[in-house]
Amino acid sequence: MSVTTYREAVRAAIREAMQKDERVFLMGEDVGHYGGCYAVSKGLLEEFGPERIRDTPLSESAFTGAGIAAAMAGMRPIVEVMTVNFSLLALDQIMNTAATIRHMSGGQFRCPVVIRMATGAGRQLAAQHSHSLEGWYAHIPGIRVLAPATLEDARGMLWTALDDPDPVLIFENALLYNMEGELADDAGAVDIDRAAIRREGHDITLLTYGGSLGKTLAAAEQLEGDGISAEVIDLRTLRPLDEGTILASVARTRRAIVVDEGWRTGSLAAEVSARIMEGAFWELDAPVGRVCSAEVPIPYAQHLEAAAIPQVPGIVAAARAAMGR
Amino acid sequence: MAEFRMPSLGADMEAGTLVEWLKKPGEKVARGDVIAVVETQKGAIEVECFETGTLAEYLVEPGAKVPVGTPLARIETESERHEEPRPATPKPEAAEPAQAPKPAAPKPEPEPQVPPPSPTPERARRRVSPAARKIARERGIDLSGIEGSGPGGAVVSADLPEAAARPAASAPRGRLDLGEMRKAIAAAMARSKREIPHYYLAHDIDLTAAETWLARTNGARTPEDRLLMGVLLVKAVARALARFPEFNGTWEDAAFRPGEGIHVGVAIAIRGGGLIAPAIRDADGLSLDDLMAHLRDLVARVRSGALRSSELGGATATVSSLGDRGVGTLYGVIYPPQVALIGFGRPSPRPWAVGEALAVRTVLTATLAADHRASDGHRGALLLREIDTLLQDPEAL
Repeated sequence: MSVTTYREAVRAAIREAMQKDERVFLMGEDVGHYGGCYAVSKGLLEEFGPERIRDTPLSESAFTGAGIAAAMAGMRPIVEVMTVNFSLLALDQIMNTAATIRHMSGGQFRCPVVIRMATGAGRQLAAQHSHSLEGWYAHIPGIRVLAPATLEDARGMLWTALDDPDPVLIFENALLYNMEGELADDAGAVDIDRAAIRREGHDITLLTYGGSLGKTLAAAEQLEGDGISAEVIDLRTLRPLDEGTILASVARTRRAIVVDEGWRTGSLAAEVSARIMEGAFWELDAPVGRVCSAEVPIPYAQHLEAAAIPQVPGIVAAARAAMGR
Repeated sequence: MAEFRMPSLGADMEAGTLVEWLKKPGEKVARGDVIAVVETQKGAIEVECFETGTLAEYLVEPGAKVPVGTPLARIETESERHEEPRPATPKPEAAEPAQAPKPAAPKPEPEPQVPPPSPTPERARRRVSPAARKIARERGIDLSGIEGSGPGGAVVSADLPEAAARPAASAPRGRLDLGEMRKAIAAAMARSKREIPHYYLAHDIDLTAAETWLARTNGARTPEDRLLMGVLLVKAVARALARFPEFNGTWEDAAFRPGEGIHVGVAIAIRGGGLIAPAIRDADGLSLDDLMAHLRDLVARVRSGALRSSELGGATATVSSLGDRGVGTLYGVIYPPQVALIGFGRPSPRPWAVGEALAVRTVLTATLAADHRASDGHRGALLLREIDTLLQDPEAL
C-alpha cells in the first residue's frame, strides 16, 4: 500500500496502458506540454514522446472524431476532453458516430475508443465549466459510461475500458483529483459491470456515484448517529446500470434516496428512481427520494455554488424524511 | 361512418368478450339488427346496432376481451349527410344519458336534511407502503388497527406484527396459541359476516364413479400411498375455479382482484379447537398424488403447529369439508378477503334416481358460499355443476 491521489491513480493507469499496448495513445487539449489542465498527464510527454501524447487544437469535434476514427482503424486511443461542458461540441461524433457505428455497419466496425472527461462543480469555475452532464451520455445506447469515485476505480477502470470493443466514456469528477488515500501497489484492472456496496446498512439505500460518493458516505455516518443504518451504493457504471445490485439492496432496506449532481429533471437519478419503481415497488416503505443539483446554471460565487449542488445536510434530510422522522 | 362499440350491459360491466359476429363485412345492417354476441359475466348477450348502413369492417376479432366503449366494427351509414355533424362517437350507451337528465331536478331546495358539505367529505385514503401492503396481503394481516410510523404516518413493513414483518425469518415454530387463534377466527368471521354479502347454493353430487375409481386405484396401493376422497374434491374444485375465475381471488379496495394462480385453502380442524386453512399453491396443476402428499403434510403440520407463514395467507378460495363424521350439508363463511368457499358435507348412501329407476348411490352435498359483489348465483350454479362434472370422470382429474 502507498499513499497516492486520484490524479496520480489516473496517471498511473494511463502510463500502464501505454506500456502494455503500443496502440494506446493519449490526445486532447493541453495534455502534452502543459501536462493536462488538471495535471493528470504531467510528465507523460517526456516519457512517451509527442507521437503518443498528442496536443490538439481547441476543436473537440475534430480531435474526438479523429480518436474515433483511429479506434476504428485499429488503435486504442484515449481522448481527453477538458470538461463535459465542452464535450457537447463533440457530441455529434460521440453519439452519431462512435455509439452507432457497430450497429450501422452490421457489426463490421467496432470502435474501442476511450473518452475521458472531467465533470462536476465545486471549483468556482462558473457555469460553463461546472455542469454534470454524464446523465445525458448515459441516455445513449451503444456506449458505456463509467464514473470512478475511488482510487481503485480511478486506477483500474481505464484498462478494462480499453479492453472493451465499444466506446467507453469515463467521467472524472474534478473535485476528486486531489483526493488522497491508500492504494495497493499492485492495484489493477477492475470490474466495470457491477455497482459496489461501499457501506452496508439495513434501513435505507443511498445510491450515488462519482463526486457525490464521499458526501453520501459522510451523510451515512451522520445518519448512523441518529440510529439510521444506511447502505451506500456506488453505481460506478452509469450505463448500463447494474439494476440487480440496486434492486436487491432496495428490497432489503425498503427505502431509497438517489444522490446525483446532475439537474433533477430528466436526470440519471430519475432513471434510477424509475427502475426502482418498476422493479421493486412492492418492496418499498417510502417513496424514492432524490437529492440533485438546483435547476440553475451552476453559480460562480462559492456559497451559491455549494448551495446548488448536493451536500451532506440535504442527503441526511432526505434520508430522514424517507424514514418518517 | 359510425362505430359499433362494446356496449355497457350493466353498471358493473367493464369489459366484454366478443363471442361471434352475426353479420359479415359488406352486409347491410339496420338499426336494431343483432350483429354480434358478447359474453359478459351475465352470460352471452346479443347486441344490436343503432345505425342503418353497411358493416364496413371488423375492428375486433371473436375471442377478444375489450373494455366497454371499444369500437368493435365500423358501419358506413346510409344517411351520412344527416349524421355528418355528429362526431365519430355515437355511443350505443344511449341508456346512460337516459339516467342523466337528473341534473335538471336538483332545484335549489332549502333542505337542511342533508348537512352542508360535511367537513369530512371522504375518509382520507390510509397511507400504507407498498411493502406493508404486500406483506399484509400475503400473511392475511388486518391493517386497520395498525399505527403507522413511516413518512406522513404511513404504515410501513416494520409496523406490522414482528413475526410477519421479517420476510426472511420463518414463522415461529412450535405449538399454536389456541386462544390467539380463537381471536383471529372471531375477527375474520365477524368481518366476513359484516362486510361480505354472502349467497349460498347447494348441489347434490353422485360420488359413485369417484368412489369406484378410488377403490380400484387404492386396491393396488400400500396404505401410505392411498388417496382420499378429499383429494379428488380439492382437485375438482381447483380445476373448476380455473374455468370460473370470478370465484378465485379477493375483494379488496372495492374491486375484485383475480388470484395469480389457484391457491386452494383447505380448512383443517385443530385438535383442541380452532381451525386453519393453509393454502395449497397452484392446486390445479398438481397431480392427485402430489396433492395427497401436500394434504398429508399439511394435516401433520397443523397438528404439530408447524405451519409456514407462506401457507397461512395467499389462498384464493377455500374448501371446507366435514368428511365422514360431519353433517349432510355445510354452509360456510367466506374467509375474507376471499370471495368464495366451497363446502362439502358427509358423503352418504341415498336413494337416487338413475334414469327411470331408483338406486342407492353415494351422494355428497356440495355448497357454495360466495361474495355477491364478485359473482352471481347463475355462475355459482355453473361452478358447482362443473365440480360435479369433473367428479364424474375421476380418471381425468
